[in-house]
Amino acid sequence: MTPRITLAVAGRVLTQLRRDRRTAAMLLLLPCLLISLLWWMFDNTYGDPFNRFGPALLAMFPFIVMFLVTSVTTLRERSSGTLERLLAMPMGKLDFLLGYALAFGLVAALQAVLAVTVSVGLLGLDIQGAVWLLGLVAVADAVLGSALGLFVSAFAQTEFQAVQFLPLIVFPQILLCGLFVPRDSLPDVLEAVSNVLPLSYAVDAMTHLTLGTQTGQVWQDLLVVVAFALGGLALGAATLRRRTP
Amino acid sequence: MVNNVISIHGLTVVRSGRPVLERLDLEIGAGVTGLLGPSGCGKSTLLRAIVGVQQVEAGAVNVLGKPAGSAPLRHRLGYVTQAASVYDDLTVRENLRFFARVLGCQDDEVARAVEAVDLGDHADAVVGRLSGGQRSRASLAVALLGRPDLLVLDEPTVGLDPVLRRDLWKLFHDLADQGAAVLVSSHVMDEAERCDQLLLMRDGVILAHDTPEAIKQHAGAEDVESAFLSIVEAAA
Repeated sequence: MTPRITLAVAGRVLTQLRRDRRTAAMLLLLPCLLISLLWWMFDNTYGDPFNRFGPALLAMFPFIVMFLVTSVTTLRERSSGTLERLLAMPMGKLDFLLGYALAFGLVAALQAVLAVTVSVGLLGLDIQGAVWLLGLVAVADAVLGSALGLFVSAFAQTEFQAVQFLPLIVFPQILLCGLFVPRDSLPDVLEAVSNVLPLSYAVDAMTHLTLGTQTGQVWQDLLVVVAFALGGLALGAATLRRRTP
Repeated sequence: MVNNVISIHGLTVVRSGRPVLERLDLEIGAGVTGLLGPSGCGKSTLLRAIVGVQQVEAGAVNVLGKPAGSAPLRHRLGYVTQAASVYDDLTVRENLRFFARVLGCQDDEVARAVEAVDLGDHADAVVGRLSGGQRSRASLAVALLGRPDLLVLDEPTVGLDPVLRRDLWKLFHDLADQGAAVLVSSHVMDEAERCDQLLLMRDGVILAHDTPEAIKQHAGAEDVESAFLSIVEAAA
Protein backbone atom coordinates (compact mmCIF):
# COMPACT_ATOMS: atom_id res chain seq x y z
CA MET A 1 0.00 0.00 0.00
CA THR A 2 1.25 3.48 -0.92
CA PRO A 3 -0.41 6.55 0.68
CA ARG A 4 0.40 8.65 -2.42
CA ILE A 5 -1.63 6.29 -4.62
CA THR A 6 -4.48 5.88 -2.13
CA LEU A 7 -4.83 9.67 -1.95
CA ALA A 8 -4.61 9.95 -5.74
CA VAL A 9 -7.56 7.55 -6.08
CA ALA A 10 -9.58 9.38 -3.41
CA GLY A 11 -8.84 12.77 -5.00
CA ARG A 12 -9.82 11.50 -8.42
CA VAL A 13 -13.13 10.04 -7.19
CA LEU A 14 -13.97 13.35 -5.49
CA THR A 15 -13.15 15.32 -8.65
CA GLN A 16 -15.43 13.03 -10.64
CA LEU A 17 -18.23 13.56 -8.11
CA ARG A 18 -17.73 17.32 -8.21
CA ARG A 19 -18.07 17.26 -11.97
CA ASP A 20 -21.25 15.19 -11.78
CA ARG A 21 -23.53 17.82 -10.20
CA ARG A 22 -26.66 15.69 -10.28
CA THR A 23 -25.06 12.85 -8.33
CA ALA A 24 -23.48 15.29 -5.87
CA ALA A 25 -26.89 16.86 -5.28
CA MET A 26 -28.47 13.45 -4.85
CA LEU A 27 -25.81 12.47 -2.30
CA LEU A 28 -26.09 15.62 -0.21
CA LEU A 29 -29.62 17.00 -0.56
CA LEU A 30 -31.78 13.92 -1.07
CA PRO A 31 -31.34 12.59 2.50
CA CYS A 32 -32.36 15.98 3.90
CA LEU A 33 -35.45 16.09 1.68
CA LEU A 34 -36.50 12.54 2.50
CA ILE A 35 -36.10 12.98 6.22
CA SER A 36 -38.18 16.17 5.97
CA LEU A 37 -40.82 14.17 4.11
CA LEU A 38 -40.83 11.61 6.92
CA TRP A 39 -41.28 14.36 9.51
CA TRP A 40 -44.15 15.86 7.51
CA MET A 41 -45.86 12.44 7.09
CA PHE A 42 -46.16 12.13 10.88
CA ASP A 43 -47.44 15.67 11.33
CA ASN A 44 -50.98 14.54 12.23
CA THR A 45 -49.99 11.40 14.11
CA TYR A 46 -50.08 11.05 17.87
CA GLY A 47 -47.10 9.91 19.88
CA ASP A 48 -43.64 10.63 18.55
CA PRO A 49 -43.14 8.35 15.54
CA PHE A 50 -40.59 10.72 13.96
CA ASN A 51 -38.25 10.11 16.87
CA ARG A 52 -38.72 6.37 16.38
CA PHE A 53 -38.14 6.27 12.61
CA GLY A 54 -35.79 9.22 12.14
CA PRO A 55 -32.63 7.60 13.56
CA ALA A 56 -33.11 4.47 11.44
CA LEU A 57 -33.33 6.63 8.36
CA LEU A 58 -30.13 8.44 9.32
CA ALA A 59 -28.41 5.05 9.38
CA MET A 60 -29.95 3.90 6.11
CA PHE A 61 -29.23 6.86 3.84
CA PRO A 62 -25.45 6.64 3.78
CA PHE A 63 -25.65 2.85 3.44
CA ILE A 64 -28.09 2.78 0.51
CA VAL A 65 -26.69 5.75 -1.38
CA MET A 66 -23.07 4.64 -1.12
CA PHE A 67 -23.98 1.07 -2.04
CA LEU A 68 -25.61 2.31 -5.21
CA VAL A 69 -22.97 4.85 -6.16
CA THR A 70 -20.04 2.53 -5.50
CA SER A 71 -21.47 -0.48 -7.31
CA VAL A 72 -22.12 1.59 -10.42
CA THR A 73 -18.81 3.50 -10.35
CA THR A 74 -16.66 0.42 -9.83
CA LEU A 75 -18.60 -1.47 -12.48
CA ARG A 76 -17.79 1.42 -14.79
CA GLU A 77 -14.11 1.08 -13.87
CA ARG A 78 -14.24 -2.61 -14.68
CA SER A 79 -16.02 -2.24 -18.02
CA SER A 80 -14.23 0.87 -19.32
CA GLY A 81 -10.80 -0.76 -18.97
CA THR A 82 -9.51 1.81 -16.47
CA LEU A 83 -9.34 -0.85 -13.75
CA GLU A 84 -7.31 -3.14 -16.00
CA ARG A 85 -4.99 -0.26 -16.79
CA LEU A 86 -4.61 0.67 -13.11
CA LEU A 87 -3.87 -2.91 -12.11
CA ALA A 88 -1.18 -3.07 -14.81
CA MET A 89 0.39 -0.05 -13.04
CA PRO A 90 1.99 -0.06 -9.58
CA MET A 91 -1.46 0.15 -8.00
CA GLY A 92 -2.11 -1.99 -4.95
CA LYS A 93 -5.59 -3.46 -4.59
CA LEU A 94 -5.78 -1.90 -1.15
CA ASP A 95 -4.84 1.50 -2.61
CA PHE A 96 -7.78 1.24 -4.96
CA LEU A 97 -10.24 0.07 -2.30
CA LEU A 98 -9.14 2.45 0.44
CA GLY A 99 -9.08 5.33 -2.03
CA TYR A 100 -12.74 4.72 -2.76
CA ALA A 101 -13.58 4.16 0.90
CA LEU A 102 -11.81 7.41 1.84
CA ALA A 103 -13.57 9.50 -0.83
CA PHE A 104 -17.02 8.09 -0.09
CA GLY A 105 -16.37 8.23 3.66
CA LEU A 106 -15.74 11.99 3.29
CA VAL A 107 -18.91 12.45 1.27
CA ALA A 108 -20.79 10.43 3.86
CA ALA A 109 -19.45 12.62 6.64
CA LEU A 110 -20.70 15.70 4.80
CA GLN A 111 -24.01 13.99 4.13
CA ALA A 112 -24.34 13.06 7.80
CA VAL A 113 -23.59 16.62 8.93
CA LEU A 114 -26.33 18.00 6.66
CA ALA A 115 -28.91 15.31 7.48
CA VAL A 116 -28.28 15.55 11.24
CA THR A 117 -28.35 19.36 11.15
CA VAL A 118 -31.72 19.31 9.40
CA SER A 119 -33.12 16.54 11.63
CA VAL A 120 -31.97 17.98 14.93
CA GLY A 121 -31.93 21.70 14.11
CA LEU A 122 -35.06 22.12 11.98
CA LEU A 123 -37.23 19.07 12.56
CA GLY A 124 -36.68 18.68 16.28
CA LEU A 125 -35.28 15.14 16.35
CA ASP A 126 -34.35 14.38 19.94
CA ILE A 127 -30.86 12.96 20.33
CA GLN A 128 -29.68 12.15 23.86
CA GLY A 129 -26.22 10.89 22.94
CA ALA A 130 -23.28 12.72 21.38
CA VAL A 131 -24.00 14.13 17.93
CA TRP A 132 -20.40 13.53 16.77
CA LEU A 133 -20.79 9.83 17.53
CA LEU A 134 -23.90 9.82 15.36
CA GLY A 135 -21.77 11.27 12.55
CA LEU A 136 -19.18 8.55 13.10
CA VAL A 137 -21.83 5.83 12.86
CA ALA A 138 -23.10 7.41 9.62
CA VAL A 139 -19.59 7.35 8.14
CA ALA A 140 -19.15 3.69 9.14
CA ASP A 141 -22.51 2.91 7.48
CA ALA A 142 -21.35 4.64 4.32
CA VAL A 143 -18.09 2.70 4.21
CA LEU A 144 -20.11 -0.48 4.75
CA GLY A 145 -22.36 0.45 1.80
CA SER A 146 -19.30 1.20 -0.34
CA ALA A 147 -17.64 -2.09 0.58
CA LEU A 148 -20.72 -4.17 -0.26
CA GLY A 149 -21.35 -2.19 -3.46
CA LEU A 150 -17.78 -2.80 -4.55
CA PHE A 151 -18.14 -6.49 -3.89
CA VAL A 152 -21.40 -6.95 -5.82
CA SER A 153 -20.11 -4.95 -8.80
CA ALA A 154 -17.96 -7.99 -9.59
CA PHE A 155 -21.12 -10.01 -10.26
CA ALA A 156 -22.79 -7.55 -12.60
CA GLN A 157 -22.06 -7.20 -16.29
CA THR A 158 -24.04 -4.01 -16.86
CA GLU A 159 -25.09 -0.99 -14.81
CA PHE A 160 -28.67 -2.24 -15.18
CA GLN A 161 -27.74 -5.47 -13.40
CA ALA A 162 -25.76 -3.59 -10.75
CA VAL A 163 -28.80 -1.51 -9.81
CA GLN A 164 -30.84 -4.70 -9.34
CA PHE A 165 -28.58 -5.73 -6.48
CA LEU A 166 -30.25 -2.98 -4.47
CA PRO A 167 -33.54 -4.89 -3.98
CA LEU A 168 -31.59 -8.13 -3.51
CA ILE A 169 -28.98 -7.03 -0.96
CA VAL A 170 -30.42 -3.88 0.60
CA PHE A 171 -34.21 -4.30 0.79
CA PRO A 172 -34.19 -7.41 3.03
CA GLN A 173 -31.89 -5.56 5.40
CA ILE A 174 -34.30 -2.60 5.53
CA LEU A 175 -37.24 -4.91 6.25
CA LEU A 176 -35.43 -6.81 9.00
CA CYS A 177 -33.45 -4.00 10.66
CA GLY A 178 -36.11 -3.29 13.27
CA LEU A 179 -37.71 -0.33 11.56
CA PHE A 180 -41.08 -1.98 10.90
CA VAL A 181 -41.16 -4.62 13.62
CA PRO A 182 -38.81 -4.44 16.62
CA ARG A 183 -36.14 -7.08 16.06
CA ASP A 184 -36.93 -9.04 19.24
CA SER A 185 -40.58 -9.34 18.15
CA LEU A 186 -39.67 -10.92 14.81
CA PRO A 187 -40.30 -14.66 14.24
CA ASP A 188 -37.29 -16.57 15.59
CA VAL A 189 -35.88 -17.45 12.18
CA LEU A 190 -36.13 -13.87 10.95
CA GLU A 191 -34.64 -12.57 14.17
CA ALA A 192 -31.68 -14.88 13.67
CA VAL A 193 -31.32 -13.63 10.10
CA SER A 194 -31.54 -10.03 11.21
CA ASN A 195 -28.78 -10.76 13.74
CA VAL A 196 -26.32 -11.46 10.95
CA LEU A 197 -27.28 -8.48 8.77
CA PRO A 198 -25.05 -5.42 9.17
CA LEU A 199 -27.76 -2.79 8.73
CA SER A 200 -29.48 -4.09 11.92
CA TYR A 201 -26.43 -3.03 13.92
CA ALA A 202 -26.21 0.32 12.14
CA VAL A 203 -29.83 1.08 13.02
CA ASP A 204 -29.37 -0.22 16.59
CA ALA A 205 -26.42 2.14 17.06
CA MET A 206 -28.47 5.13 15.89
CA THR A 207 -31.41 4.13 18.09
CA HIS A 208 -29.20 3.77 21.17
CA LEU A 209 -27.78 7.22 20.47
CA THR A 210 -31.19 8.82 20.34
CA LEU A 211 -32.51 7.08 23.42
CA GLY A 212 -29.70 7.49 25.89
CA THR A 213 -26.30 8.84 26.75
CA GLN A 214 -24.80 5.38 27.42
CA THR A 215 -22.25 4.80 24.67
CA GLY A 216 -21.17 1.23 25.48
CA GLN A 217 -23.82 -0.41 23.32
CA VAL A 218 -23.23 2.12 20.53
CA TRP A 219 -19.53 1.28 20.35
CA GLN A 220 -20.35 -2.41 20.27
CA ASP A 221 -22.76 -1.95 17.35
CA LEU A 222 -20.28 0.33 15.61
CA LEU A 223 -17.61 -2.33 15.96
CA VAL A 224 -19.88 -4.88 14.26
CA VAL A 225 -20.58 -2.44 11.40
CA VAL A 226 -16.86 -1.76 10.97
CA ALA A 227 -16.12 -5.50 10.99
CA PHE A 228 -18.70 -6.06 8.25
CA ALA A 229 -17.22 -3.15 6.27
CA LEU A 230 -13.71 -4.62 6.54
CA GLY A 231 -15.06 -8.03 5.55
CA GLY A 232 -16.78 -6.44 2.54
CA LEU A 233 -13.54 -4.72 1.54
CA ALA A 234 -11.64 -8.01 1.84
CA LEU A 235 -14.24 -9.74 -0.35
CA GLY A 236 -14.05 -6.78 -2.74
CA ALA A 237 -10.26 -7.15 -2.88
CA ALA A 238 -10.70 -10.82 -3.78
CA THR A 239 -12.80 -9.81 -6.79
CA LEU A 240 -10.12 -7.41 -8.08
CA ARG A 241 -8.01 -9.62 -10.30
CA ARG A 242 -4.94 -8.43 -12.13
CA ARG A 243 -5.45 -11.25 -14.60
CA THR A 244 -8.90 -11.67 -16.13
CA PRO A 245 -10.22 -14.26 -18.62
CA MET B 1 18.63 -14.53 -26.68
CA VAL B 2 19.46 -11.88 -24.13
CA ASN B 3 18.54 -8.84 -26.20
CA ASN B 4 14.94 -9.91 -26.69
CA VAL B 5 12.46 -7.60 -25.03
CA ILE B 6 9.66 -10.16 -25.04
CA SER B 7 10.06 -13.90 -25.15
CA ILE B 8 7.11 -16.26 -25.22
CA HIS B 9 7.27 -20.04 -24.91
CA GLY B 10 4.37 -22.43 -25.36
CA LEU B 11 1.73 -19.81 -24.61
CA THR B 12 -1.79 -21.25 -24.55
CA VAL B 13 -4.81 -19.07 -23.80
CA VAL B 14 -8.36 -20.37 -23.65
CA ARG B 15 -11.24 -17.90 -23.66
CA SER B 16 -14.85 -19.04 -23.14
CA GLY B 17 -13.83 -22.65 -23.74
CA ARG B 18 -12.18 -21.88 -27.07
CA PRO B 19 -8.39 -21.89 -27.51
CA VAL B 20 -7.33 -18.46 -28.79
CA LEU B 21 -3.60 -19.12 -28.69
CA GLU B 22 -2.05 -22.60 -28.69
CA ARG B 23 1.58 -23.33 -27.79
CA LEU B 24 2.75 -20.02 -29.23
CA ASP B 25 6.48 -19.31 -29.32
CA LEU B 26 7.65 -15.80 -30.09
CA GLU B 27 10.63 -13.52 -29.57
CA ILE B 28 10.22 -9.77 -29.99
CA GLY B 29 13.16 -7.37 -30.02
CA ALA B 30 13.67 -3.62 -29.84
CA GLY B 31 12.32 -1.08 -32.32
CA VAL B 32 8.78 -0.72 -33.60
CA THR B 33 7.07 -4.08 -34.10
CA GLY B 34 3.71 -4.21 -35.82
CA LEU B 35 1.26 -6.99 -34.96
CA LEU B 36 -1.05 -7.28 -37.94
CA GLY B 37 -4.01 -9.48 -38.56
CA PRO B 38 -7.77 -9.44 -39.01
CA SER B 39 -9.91 -8.61 -36.00
CA GLY B 40 -10.65 -11.64 -33.86
CA CYS B 41 -7.36 -13.36 -34.70
CA GLY B 42 -6.02 -13.14 -31.14
CA LYS B 43 -3.99 -9.91 -31.31
CA SER B 44 -5.53 -8.35 -28.21
CA THR B 45 -5.25 -11.62 -26.28
CA LEU B 46 -1.55 -11.85 -27.14
CA LEU B 47 -0.98 -8.23 -26.09
CA ARG B 48 -2.91 -8.78 -22.85
CA ALA B 49 -0.74 -11.82 -22.10
CA ILE B 50 2.38 -9.72 -22.64
CA VAL B 51 1.08 -6.99 -20.31
CA GLY B 52 0.19 -9.69 -17.77
CA VAL B 53 -3.54 -9.03 -17.46
CA GLN B 54 -4.63 -12.16 -19.36
CA GLN B 55 -5.31 -15.43 -17.57
CA VAL B 56 -3.17 -17.97 -19.36
CA GLU B 57 -3.63 -21.72 -19.51
CA ALA B 58 0.01 -22.66 -20.03
CA GLY B 59 3.34 -21.31 -21.14
CA ALA B 60 5.77 -18.60 -20.11
CA VAL B 61 5.83 -14.95 -21.09
CA ASN B 62 8.94 -12.98 -20.15
CA VAL B 63 9.16 -9.24 -20.56
CA LEU B 64 12.45 -7.37 -20.09
CA GLY B 65 13.79 -10.51 -18.41
CA LYS B 66 10.96 -10.74 -15.86
CA PRO B 67 7.74 -12.78 -15.84
CA ALA B 68 4.95 -10.80 -17.51
CA GLY B 69 2.76 -8.93 -15.03
CA SER B 70 5.29 -9.11 -12.17
CA ALA B 71 5.54 -6.11 -9.87
CA PRO B 72 8.89 -4.68 -11.12
CA LEU B 73 7.45 -4.42 -14.64
CA ARG B 74 4.50 -2.27 -13.63
CA HIS B 75 6.66 0.89 -13.73
CA ARG B 76 8.32 0.02 -17.01
CA LEU B 77 5.40 -0.76 -19.26
CA GLY B 78 2.91 1.54 -21.01
CA TYR B 79 -0.31 -0.14 -22.13
CA VAL B 80 -3.17 1.15 -24.24
CA THR B 81 -6.28 -1.01 -24.47
CA GLN B 82 -8.46 -1.04 -27.54
CA ALA B 83 -11.20 1.01 -25.87
CA ALA B 84 -9.97 4.34 -24.53
CA SER B 85 -9.32 3.55 -20.86
CA VAL B 86 -9.57 7.04 -19.46
CA TYR B 87 -12.17 8.66 -17.21
CA ASP B 88 -14.83 10.32 -19.35
CA ASP B 89 -15.85 12.75 -16.63
CA LEU B 90 -12.35 14.17 -16.08
CA THR B 91 -10.41 16.53 -18.33
CA VAL B 92 -7.42 15.27 -20.31
CA ARG B 93 -5.05 16.96 -17.87
CA GLU B 94 -6.88 15.63 -14.78
CA ASN B 95 -6.70 12.11 -16.21
CA LEU B 96 -2.98 12.44 -16.85
CA ARG B 97 -2.29 13.99 -13.45
CA PHE B 98 -4.08 11.10 -11.76
CA PHE B 99 -2.19 8.39 -13.64
CA ALA B 100 1.07 10.33 -13.16
CA ARG B 101 0.49 10.31 -9.39
CA VAL B 102 -0.19 6.58 -9.49
CA LEU B 103 3.07 6.04 -11.37
CA GLY B 104 4.86 8.54 -9.14
CA CYS B 105 6.34 10.54 -12.01
CA GLN B 106 7.15 14.24 -12.23
CA ASP B 107 4.55 16.91 -13.04
CA ASP B 108 6.29 17.95 -16.27
CA GLU B 109 5.61 14.45 -17.60
CA VAL B 110 1.94 15.45 -17.93
CA ALA B 111 2.69 18.41 -20.21
CA ARG B 112 5.11 16.31 -22.25
CA ALA B 113 2.53 13.56 -22.79
CA VAL B 114 -0.16 16.09 -23.79
CA GLU B 115 2.25 17.61 -26.32
CA ALA B 116 3.29 14.22 -27.69
CA VAL B 117 -0.27 13.30 -28.70
CA ASP B 118 -1.04 16.86 -29.85
CA LEU B 119 -3.89 17.47 -27.42
CA GLY B 120 -2.58 20.84 -26.19
CA ASP B 121 -5.73 22.66 -27.34
CA HIS B 122 -7.99 20.19 -25.56
CA ALA B 123 -6.03 19.60 -22.37
CA ASP B 124 -8.74 21.17 -20.23
CA ALA B 125 -11.69 19.63 -22.05
CA VAL B 126 -13.67 16.86 -20.38
CA VAL B 127 -12.74 13.61 -22.15
CA GLY B 128 -16.40 12.54 -22.63
CA ARG B 129 -16.97 15.54 -24.88
CA LEU B 130 -14.01 14.82 -27.17
CA SER B 131 -14.18 12.94 -30.46
CA GLY B 132 -13.34 9.23 -30.60
CA GLY B 133 -9.89 9.94 -32.02
CA GLN B 134 -9.13 12.53 -29.37
CA ARG B 135 -10.21 10.13 -26.63
CA SER B 136 -7.91 7.39 -27.89
CA ARG B 137 -5.07 9.93 -28.02
CA ALA B 138 -5.79 10.86 -24.41
CA SER B 139 -5.57 7.16 -23.59
CA LEU B 140 -2.29 6.90 -25.52
CA ALA B 141 -0.90 9.89 -23.60
CA VAL B 142 -1.40 7.98 -20.33
CA ALA B 143 0.79 5.16 -21.66
CA LEU B 144 3.59 7.63 -22.42
CA LEU B 145 3.84 8.84 -18.81
CA GLY B 146 7.07 7.96 -17.06
CA ARG B 147 8.93 6.99 -20.27
CA PRO B 148 8.24 3.24 -20.20
CA ASP B 149 10.75 0.77 -21.63
CA LEU B 150 8.03 -1.13 -23.43
CA LEU B 151 4.90 0.30 -25.02
CA VAL B 152 2.09 -2.12 -25.82
CA LEU B 153 -0.50 -0.38 -27.98
CA ASP B 154 -3.69 -2.13 -29.07
CA GLU B 155 -4.91 -0.48 -32.29
CA PRO B 156 -3.97 3.06 -31.25
CA THR B 157 -4.41 4.61 -34.69
CA VAL B 158 -7.90 3.33 -35.56
CA GLY B 159 -10.17 6.05 -36.92
CA LEU B 160 -7.54 8.76 -36.82
CA ASP B 161 -6.94 11.36 -39.50
CA PRO B 162 -4.07 10.37 -41.85
CA VAL B 163 -1.93 13.36 -40.85
CA LEU B 164 -2.25 12.46 -37.21
CA ARG B 165 -1.59 8.80 -37.94
CA ARG B 166 1.64 9.76 -39.67
CA ASP B 167 2.61 11.93 -36.69
CA LEU B 168 1.87 9.11 -34.24
CA TRP B 169 3.97 6.63 -36.20
CA LYS B 170 6.77 9.20 -36.15
CA LEU B 171 6.28 9.41 -32.37
CA PHE B 172 6.53 5.61 -32.06
CA HIS B 173 9.83 5.67 -34.01
CA ASP B 174 11.15 8.56 -31.92
CA LEU B 175 10.39 6.57 -28.77
CA ALA B 176 12.09 3.52 -30.27
CA ASP B 177 15.13 5.65 -31.14
CA GLN B 178 15.27 6.72 -27.50
CA GLY B 179 15.49 3.06 -26.53
CA ALA B 180 11.90 1.96 -25.89
CA ALA B 181 10.48 -1.13 -27.55
CA VAL B 182 7.12 -0.43 -29.17
CA LEU B 183 4.60 -3.15 -29.99
CA VAL B 184 1.63 -1.87 -32.00
CA SER B 185 -1.33 -3.89 -33.22
CA SER B 186 -3.43 -2.98 -36.21
CA HIS B 187 -5.89 -4.61 -38.57
CA VAL B 188 -5.05 -2.09 -41.30
CA MET B 189 -2.43 -3.62 -43.57
CA ASP B 190 -1.20 -0.29 -44.98
CA GLU B 191 0.26 0.54 -41.58
CA ALA B 192 2.64 -2.39 -41.98
CA GLU B 193 5.14 -0.42 -44.03
CA ARG B 194 5.77 1.87 -41.08
CA CYS B 195 7.10 -0.88 -38.80
CA ASP B 196 10.69 -2.09 -38.32
CA GLN B 197 9.48 -5.63 -37.76
CA LEU B 198 6.19 -7.24 -38.68
CA LEU B 199 4.21 -10.05 -37.13
CA LEU B 200 1.45 -11.36 -39.38
CA MET B 201 -1.18 -13.19 -37.37
CA ARG B 202 -4.24 -15.23 -38.31
CA ASP B 203 -6.41 -17.57 -36.20
CA GLY B 204 -4.00 -17.37 -33.28
CA VAL B 205 -0.98 -18.36 -35.34
CA ILE B 206 1.98 -16.13 -36.29
CA LEU B 207 2.28 -16.62 -40.08
CA ALA B 208 5.37 -14.48 -40.60
CA HIS B 209 7.84 -12.53 -38.50
CA ASP B 210 10.34 -10.38 -40.36
CA THR B 211 10.94 -6.90 -41.76
CA PRO B 212 8.22 -5.65 -44.14
CA GLU B 213 10.74 -5.79 -47.02
CA ALA B 214 11.75 -9.38 -46.35
CA ILE B 215 8.15 -10.52 -45.98
CA LYS B 216 7.17 -8.97 -49.31
CA GLN B 217 10.27 -10.33 -51.03
CA HIS B 218 9.78 -13.81 -49.65
CA ALA B 219 6.16 -13.92 -50.78
CA GLY B 220 6.97 -12.26 -54.08
CA ALA B 221 4.35 -9.62 -53.45
CA GLU B 222 4.12 -5.87 -54.08
CA ASP B 223 2.57 -4.94 -50.77
CA VAL B 224 2.04 -6.51 -47.35
CA GLU B 225 -1.64 -7.21 -47.98
CA SER B 226 -0.84 -9.36 -51.04
CA ALA B 227 2.00 -11.01 -49.12
CA PHE B 228 -0.46 -11.85 -46.32
CA LEU B 229 -2.85 -13.40 -48.84
CA SER B 230 -0.21 -15.48 -50.57
CA ILE B 231 1.14 -16.74 -47.21
CA VAL B 232 -2.39 -17.74 -46.13
CA GLU B 233 -3.01 -19.49 -49.47
CA ALA B 234 0.36 -21.27 -49.35
CA ALA B 235 -0.46 -22.56 -45.86
CA ALA B 236 -3.93 -23.77 -46.87
